[in-house]
Amino acid sequence: MTANKVSKMTNDKFEPKILGFLCNWCCYAAADSAGVARFQYPPNIRVIRVMCTGRIDPVFIMEAFRAGADGVFVGG
Amino acid sequence: MSLEGEAGNFTARVRRQPRYINADLCTACGTCATYCPVIINDAFNQDLSTTKNPHRDYVQAVPASFYIDPACCLFLNYQTCQICVSTCQARAINFYEEEEVLDLEVGAVILAPGFGRISEDVLSKYGYGHFPDIVTSIEFERLTSASGPSIGKIIRPSDGEHPKRIAFLQCVGARDVSCGNGYCSSVCCMYAVKEATVAKEHDPNLEITIFYIDMRTQGKGFDAARLRAKEKGIRFVRCRVSDVLENGKLLEIPYVDETGRRFREKFDMVVLAEGLESPEDARPLARAAGIDLNHYDFCSTRPFFPLKTTRPGVFVAGAFQGPKDVPESVTDASGAAALAAECLKDVRHTCVVEKSYPAEIKIEQKPRIGVFVCSCGTNIGGVVDVKAVADYAAKLDDVVFTDTNLFSCAQNTQEEIAEKIEENRLNRVVVAACTPRTHEPLFQETLRNAGLNRCLFEMANIRDHCSWVHATVPEEATEKARDLVRMAVAKASELRPLPEQRLPVIPKALVIGGGMAGMTSALSIAEQGFESFLVEKSTELGGNLRHIRITLSGDDPRQILEDIEAKVMSNPLIHVYREAVVESVSGYVGNFATLIRTHEKSETLEHGVIVVATGGTQYEPKQYLYGKSPQVVTQRELEEKLTRPDEIEKINEIVMIQCVGSRGEDLPYCSKVCCGQAVKNALRILELKPDVRIFVFYRDMRTYGFMEDYYRSVRKKGAIFVHYEKDHPPEVSMEQGRIRVAFLEGILGGKVVLEPDLLVLSVGIVPAQVEELSRTLKIPLTGDGFFLEAHPKLRPVEFSVEGIYVCGLAHGPKPIFESLAQAGAAAGKACIPLARGYVTAEPIVSSVDTDRCIGCGICESLCPYSAIRMIKVGKKKKAETISASCKGCGICASHCPTLSISMAGFTNEQMTAQIRAFGEGH
Repeated sequence: MTANKVSKMTNDKFEPKILGFLCNWCCYAAADSAGVARFQYPPNIRVIRVMCTGRIDPVFIMEAFRAGADGVFVGG
Repeated sequence: MSLEGEAGNFTARVRRQPRYINADLCTACGTCATYCPVIINDAFNQDLSTTKNPHRDYVQAVPASFYIDPACCLFLNYQTCQICVSTCQARAINFYEEEEVLDLEVGAVILAPGFGRISEDVLSKYGYGHFPDIVTSIEFERLTSASGPSIGKIIRPSDGEHPKRIAFLQCVGARDVSCGNGYCSSVCCMYAVKEATVAKEHDPNLEITIFYIDMRTQGKGFDAARLRAKEKGIRFVRCRVSDVLENGKLLEIPYVDETGRRFREKFDMVVLAEGLESPEDARPLARAAGIDLNHYDFCSTRPFFPLKTTRPGVFVAGAFQGPKDVPESVTDASGAAALAAECLKDVRHTCVVEKSYPAEIKIEQKPRIGVFVCSCGTNIGGVVDVKAVADYAAKLDDVVFTDTNLFSCAQNTQEEIAEKIEENRLNRVVVAACTPRTHEPLFQETLRNAGLNRCLFEMANIRDHCSWVHATVPEEATEKARDLVRMAVAKASELRPLPEQRLPVIPKALVIGGGMAGMTSALSIAEQGFESFLVEKSTELGGNLRHIRITLSGDDPRQILEDIEAKVMSNPLIHVYREAVVESVSGYVGNFATLIRTHEKSETLEHGVIVVATGGTQYEPKQYLYGKSPQVVTQRELEEKLTRPDEIEKINEIVMIQCVGSRGEDLPYCSKVCCGQAVKNALRILELKPDVRIFVFYRDMRTYGFMEDYYRSVRKKGAIFVHYEKDHPPEVSMEQGRIRVAFLEGILGGKVVLEPDLLVLSVGIVPAQVEELSRTLKIPLTGDGFFLEAHPKLRPVEFSVEGIYVCGLAHGPKPIFESLAQAGAAAGKACIPLARGYVTAEPIVSSVDTDRCIGCGICESLCPYSAIRMIKVGKKKKAETISASCKGCGICASHCPTLSISMAGFTNEQMTAQIRAFGEGH
């Protein structure tokens, strides 16, 4: 468990760290559009761009959890 | 404004209206709109919402920059305000921009002004404008859109409430002689079904009724969508509604059903499915371009030359040619481009300036990363602490240089970045700014100008994914920006330079199928300057057109076939192979080898692209005593009879039955052509012998577009059209050698029996036997056996496999003029790699580590683009990437059991570094 997560949790408010794998052609583009439209959403996600979600090896998802992700989002 | 000269050498005078915002400088940040005090109606949202004056029509608009509407600007009208000018940090606003008149030297012209809207006069007949809850279909479309005025919530304009019962009225301003639009707009039935389906998905409890005359969902896959809508509970009522009345807060629709019974029903919202009209400025445009319009003010074209206007060198694409849907418009566009390319082939590759780059520097092993953090005016800097992010980046491993920019993408900053790269011997660059989807190519260009390989670049998206969406939480946004930069830097450390891959193209095409589509394609390819092999399996060219004797338009199909065949045979660039079959195909875009077999020999042809034009054939009916009585014939056989006067003499009464075998019987789909064919033959009979009684049994008469004129005309001349439902077709029997047709007449409520001299069956189209070819080429078929294009709307003549194109009946049933437009489109697309002479592979393609590959073939079987093949290396099977076909999706890499496939730019090492860096925060 990362130090960050511990500190966030001791503040009584769970702020999950989410890692997102986003397809360049759809979900990443949608996230761009969300920005253009100024949709506001919680700042808990960090994004990795892939050219297709077909690229995502299950190992990447395990690696994300090992790196401390509370959740993994795959958007394609 | 005007078009002087002739094909190959025009001068087009065009007027350019000022935008008052320089599109090159504008970064579309929207700050000007925030400060502008003028609120205007949002025309794209059909005035259902408002926007500020500096605006762009919609988020995806091209160019991606704002403009100012002069009619509503305070400065342009009253010389006051100018607030926007000072807020624009890119200094893009210029009120002194003036209208420009440009003289363009061009060789060909393509007219694509789209369609116009039905006038409010016509709409007001249905109460539009009087009752707020009557909306047009385009307004309704915006209401259902997530980017629309209500963010996708369907609301009644009058009170903002959710409607419970919605009625769609079809054919508003179409199939309506009283408003001058006698034609059918072709697209409204399908879009009404779509809008109703979308609305029903939003709210499954919605009750939706569509009032229609004929359901004209004749496009590929459209009938299936209509059936799905019906299953979802959308009600279809066959009746043309003439009036909408007010009833308290509701709207009341009086209508008469097919049995003649009268109803009144209440709805709380009514959608007018408005037709497509010719563009408002059709006449001035036609005058300026020197072309003719048809009697509905659409562009005048001839059926066998659907994309040619009346002036040589001037072509047309899209709804200006006639009302049509997206796939046909996109097809037209490629076809018109092919015609333009034919005009311009002699000057191809002239007027081109080749950009040159300095030689690539050999980079040091140890990463020296430079990080540039962009403020994007205040777009990023207003939320994210840009300085803090840069300071943070400076402490990361391998980072030797950091900087902040007001606009990283500005021309002068680009030059600055190039200088910094050289000064600091940077060998990897990270730009933390906006989205790589729009800006990566720009920065990669900067790297190349500085002598770095373009693959040594990575972006962190701290605007679209950060400052813009976390505007109210600047601290968290800054933290996120730091994380994104750290992850980008980690990936950058693992980046490697990658070579630019260019593969040569054999400048020849293979066209499979020698019908009208195949011949037209081969001719266009030849006109564009390239050789082709035209392979036909039967003994003669011409395909289905051989059996067509007459056309609705009066053109002589025999003559046209003869002409085109002569052109094909005499063209030195076209090599015709008759009675030839494709045995095998190997290779990839630019470099195919095809083995064909004829009677005498087998031959291997080498070519760069393939056009599939394998066509289709007539469905052979078994129903209605076909084959058992000489009185029962198909439309095609009738057409043949109509050429013989003695046969016509014998006919006094004729019955036609539509949809024989189609739309849910043996063939699930609509064949698009049979209704027009029936009308054509009926007209011909009445022309030759006006007193013949003709009865046509139909389910929906699909004489879409301008074909509607002929349908109206044949009814006027006395042909009687009788509707039947799929489950209650007319009963055909034989008594004492004579055919009897019995049917239930709705209004009389009784059985009527006819004893015609001829019973004519309108049968559909079945695809050619192409399963084998589909396997050979690795291109898929639909469930109906037609080829499945890469995208039904946006890539209608391409496949997901590069270098192979489709046209004609091989793609789906369609009338000849659509086949011809598509043949041109396929030729246009096919000539793109041929004209370029090479194919490039983006440096994101996969590569196989042959030592680790165990030759299992999983990757080959999974690749959606046929971009992996198995080869023999020594005695072992190994996978190999075909770079020219690879799209970089990475499915192969993620499934490789031995991790021997690497995705350039997304390697396991790069991905893992980025994931690990994600966890290293704080």
